[in-house]
Amino acid sequence: MTTGLKIIVLVKQVPVMSQVKFDVDRGKVDRSSADVEINPFDLNALEAAVQIKEKTGGSILAISMGPARAELALRDALARGADRALLLRDRKFAGADTLATSYTLASAIRQAEGFDLILTGEKTVDGDTGQVGPELAEHLDIPHIAHAYKLDVSDERLVAVCDMDGTSYTLEVGFPVLVTVTKDANTPRLSTFRDKVKARQVAVEVKSARELAAVADAAKFGAPGSPTWVHRVLIPSAEYRKGRIFTDSVDEAVAEIVTEVFRPYHR
Amino acid sequence: MAADKEVLVFAEQREGVINPVTYELLGKGRELADKLGVVLASVILGSQVDSAAAELIYHGADRVYLYDGEILADFDLLNYKHNMVKLLRETQPEIFLLGATHWGRSLGARVAAALGTGLTADCTGLDIDKNGNFVQIRPAFSGNVLAHIRTRTRPQMATVRYKIMKSLKRDTGRKGEIIKKEVELVPSLIAILHKEKASDINIADAEMIVSGGAGLKKAEDFALLAELAGLFGATVGSSRPPVDSGWIGREHQVGFSGNTVKPRVYLACGISGSPQHLAGMRESDIIIAINTDPSASIFRIADYGIVGDLYIVVPRLIKSIKECRR
Repeated sequence: MTTGLKIIVLVKQVPVMSQVKFDVDRGKVDRSSADVEINPFDLNALEAAVQIKEKTGGSILAISMGPARAELALRDALARGADRALLLRDRKFAGADTLATSYTLASAIRQAEGFDLILTGEKTVDGDTGQVGPELAEHLDIPHIAHAYKLDVSDERLVAVCDMDGTSYTLEVGFPVLVTVTKDANTPRLSTFRDKVKARQVAVEVKSARELAAVADAAKFGAPGSPTWVHRVLIPSAEYRKGRIFTDSVDEAVAEIVTEVFRPYHR
Repeated sequence: MAADKEVLVFAEQREGVINPVTYELLGKGRELADKLGVVLASVILGSQVDSAAAELIYHGADRVYLYDGEILADFDLLNYKHNMVKLLRETQPEIFLLGATHWGRSLGARVAAALGTGLTADCTGLDIDKNGNFVQIRPAFSGNVLAHIRTRTRPQMATVRYKIMKSLKRDTGRKGEIIKKEVELVPSLIAILHKEKASDINIADAEMIVSGGAGLKKAEDFALLAELAGLFGATVGSSRPPVDSGWIGREHQVGFSGNTVKPRVYLACGISGSPQHLAGMRESDIIIAINTDPSASIFRIADYGIVGDLYIVVPRLIKSIKECRR
């Protein structure tokens, strides 16, 4: 590796999950009151990219699809080590499911100047599907490795270790390839004040549906291009069990539990 | 090729052993197929999996598509994908279900993108509504919300969470046809250099779980929980904080994606009950919670709750159980 790898990192801006409110009576999810941040798993993808760049040289392009404020997520990515940033922003992208999202990302990546490696988080904390990465790889007709918790790049090959339902697989693949990473892949570094100042000097490139349409079918963007839709949302009221709660007598509690629950297990 | 409509279930296997989520999918698939008046089919790819194919019929399939090839013995993403896409183009099922395992999610996403169809992740409910529409129910926002999702394209694809659907009783009297399909080979591109069992911990299948959370003071204190667990051959579990601190491996984490548990007894020690954790264990038969904070969410779903310090309560439980066995 002398020239270095062209790396793309996909980031999504998500609400801070602990701040999202749920209205049980009206069946509404209120995200507006929540702060936003980069999807935590994507930070691991970004850190993996920075580590590879430190080893092999190369460049990192961060891409996000979202509303105007998603530029903040890309600024954060720049401060953490991305060289350039691209925001896919258009009302026509709104309401996209995983198929439309991955299709839109694929269109933008085809239009970009080539890549060797795409990294992203294994899933997002809000959608929690883990589908966008593998679907994108399929659109681009490249292999993918999901749930990698170790990554190494050498001699134009990538070696990743991933968990496949209780068995760890060490896999080797050439470029181009897409890899989704877990939280165990690394510990994302924090950006310094200087990094943030520097990031402000980089322009975030913005692309609209019209610009992507040169290489894509615009009917496949956003809600119209999404084969799935949320038909209704139910917010189940908090579940209760009529439990016996012991507040001041550990002895009584232990005696009852040992008799009632554990008796069948006494040998 | 059969022109009749199908519900198709992906039979996940490794080294000839069928992942049990497959039987749950066949149980649910049977119900969906009967409601729609269509055939329940299953597809198995592997090497020398004839007897496994018969098991799929014993568990409810009317028809099994069998792909036998050495390359399919282990996970080979692109060969699995290529043959699955070809089959789906040929048979055009109404519904195609996979387990929400790492493998099912990875393969399912590629197949869905290749076909340009919708895929709903990690469903906990599937139904046919009164108008004959397929409704996929999945938790969102850490289990705080249940989204009902529909798909306008075919096949309507979903990955389904393990330990939610009920499998049918194995019946060797059940009849069905096995259709052998030719395997088309494509370059693998991904080579398996090495594999090993990550751990013997399979928390999803545990009959009894003793879990620790943020109430633990240090990594070594899991030994206390392990001692209690050891009395019953139970598995030690964890909520997220100890795992994030590196005190215990992620394979012990309850409420992490995929690690939904449904044991007979779940004992939560020093766990307050985040929505993610509750979503991962609320289906347990009996829930016992020990926590110093009487307002902890975990008490809302506990059958037995002890407001107290786990460092006092757990040793008493151990002592009392040992005395009973004397």
